[in-house]
Amino acid sequence: MSNIAIQADKLTKRFDDFTAVDAITFDVRQGEIFGFVGANGAGKTTAMRILCGLSIPTSGTATVAGFDVYKDAEKIKKNIGYMSQKFSLYEDLTVMENITFYAGIYGLSNQEIKDRGAELLTRLGIEHEAKTFVASLPLGWKQKLAFSVAVIHRPKIVFLDEPTGGVDPVTRRQFWDLIYEAADRGITVFVTTHYMDEAEYCNRVSVMVDGRIDAFDTPANLKKKFSVESMNEVFYQLARGAKRKAD
Amino acid sequence: MKAITLDNITKTYDKGKVLAVDKASFELEQGETFGLIGPDGAGKTSIFRVLTTLLLPDGGNATVAGYDVVKQYELIRNCIGYMPGRFSLYQDLTVEENLNFFATIFNTSIEENYELIKDIYVQIEPFKTRRAGKLSGGMKQKLALCCALIHKPVVLFLDEPTTGVDAVSRVEFWEMLKRLKYQGITILVSTPYMDEAALCDRIALIEGGKILSIDSPANTVKKYPGKLFAVKSANMHRLLHDLRDYEGTRSCFTFGDSMHLSFKQDSDNAVSTLTNYLTGKGQQQLEITEIPAGIEDYFIRITEKQNEQHSHTS
Repeated sequence: MSNIAIQADKLTKRFDDFTAVDAITFDVRQGEIFGFVGANGAGKTTAMRILCGLSIPTSGTATVAGFDVYKDAEKIKKNIGYMSQKFSLYEDLTVMENITFYAGIYGLSNQEIKDRGAELLTRLGIEHEAKTFVASLPLGWKQKLAFSVAVIHRPKIVFLDEPTGGVDPVTRRQFWDLIYEAADRGITVFVTTHYMDEAEYCNRVSVMVDGRIDAFDTPANLKKKFSVESMNEVFYQLARGAKRKAD
Repeated sequence: MKAITLDNITKTYDKGKVLAVDKASFELEQGETFGLIGPDGAGKTSIFRVLTTLLLPDGGNATVAGYDVVKQYELIRNCIGYMPGRFSLYQDLTVEENLNFFATIFNTSIEENYELIKDIYVQIEPFKTRRAGKLSGGMKQKLALCCALIHKPVVLFLDEPTTGVDAVSRVEFWEMLKRLKYQGITILVSTPYMDEAALCDRIALIEGGKILSIDSPANTVKKYPGKLFAVKSANMHRLLHDLRDYEGTRSCFTFGDSMHLSFKQDSDNAVSTLTNYLTGKGQQQLEITEIPAGIEDYFIRITEKQNEQHSHTS
């Protein structure tokens, strides 16, 4: 099972009488770019919190990087990276301070922080910006830095929660170049997005509706199955039927 | 009378060090739905704050409903509705209390203007005793729109109403705006989603504080210079690299399930030469089709120069 990064079987989360995540079953392969889409309120965030070791499910099973979500939440946290558009870097810390802070949180040694920090700056071509406050970096650089920091501890899986919201069209595409590079290095990428053109870039996509996974396949197969031209139409057909979208 | 006029408006922050809006000018006709389209940091919110009289411009003139934004700000505040990008209702008041509050401060009542908000309000009315902080994103958005409409404004300002909202809810939201338009309300709306631009009467593309283009969505895309092609193959990831390495490529970007490509020169044999090159690279199941440009294609095209400069200087 070493080529499976995430495995979920009838994973369920209830809050009182509300079933936020309703028996979802799926697997994510090592090195895959996996798109996790769904309407607001479909249960994506709840499912993602479970997979990141932040919430215990009500029933069902799931493993992330081989670790059980019930028993090994702490080990999961050490083996994953996380980034979102809303929260990523500290604006009032410098580039290097952010790197040091995150690498430290992930338990890297001082020597590792120094080496990987330097390597990261070189790879992004921003060696001369190490002492620049993040607030004054152009958005495209911030994004690249945030992503690189999220994988500085070389996790097996990186969770990207709407990483490209509000970003200009060119920067948004450059960000996907980074995602592809990470996948080429063997990092599994689990990504949520509201841009359906980005769903096309994923190897496989799952669409959540009312807590369930109502579709799960490659973009090409999903389009064929729904006889439509784009993932946007696939999403629209599925999410339109959602009962709890208003809530 | 124009609903909104903006004449060379400039806004800086941090004692002039940060130029947020750079001599922006545009006008809105009454009843028009006008979209301000651009990414985060383009200057959209600064323009909204100047027009809603929350910020003083550094230079230039602007009017809303015929009133000057500096001298007659009180008159403007009475006749506009404003839905800021960040949810700004009272989280610990209920749905109904929030709506009552906004109606009361404008000396009106929910009953008086119920017709205007009815279509939207019925969708959240079942939850009227719920605190606003406990609502989902889509419902907060609907409540905020009701609160911005409850005093029957002549101009409605919506700053990124659909950011972070899923594709289905976004379609619904634009349906609501269409109905408001039929009631004669002028709407200035901003969005980072280029696909929403098509739903406006006219759009201004904005980046780095500068207005780059003002036109109807249909005319905007017609301004795309040269031809645009969609390219597909069995191995899309490698296709992107091959196309970027190709010497005849002017620009190439991923667009959903295809690459959008423009040539340095649109010669008659451009496509056949490219086909030969890609076939030589081992690309299979090639499809190269000429396509009309979309708003996002045009936006990328006209911001290209700025981006190039950006990556060299910064």
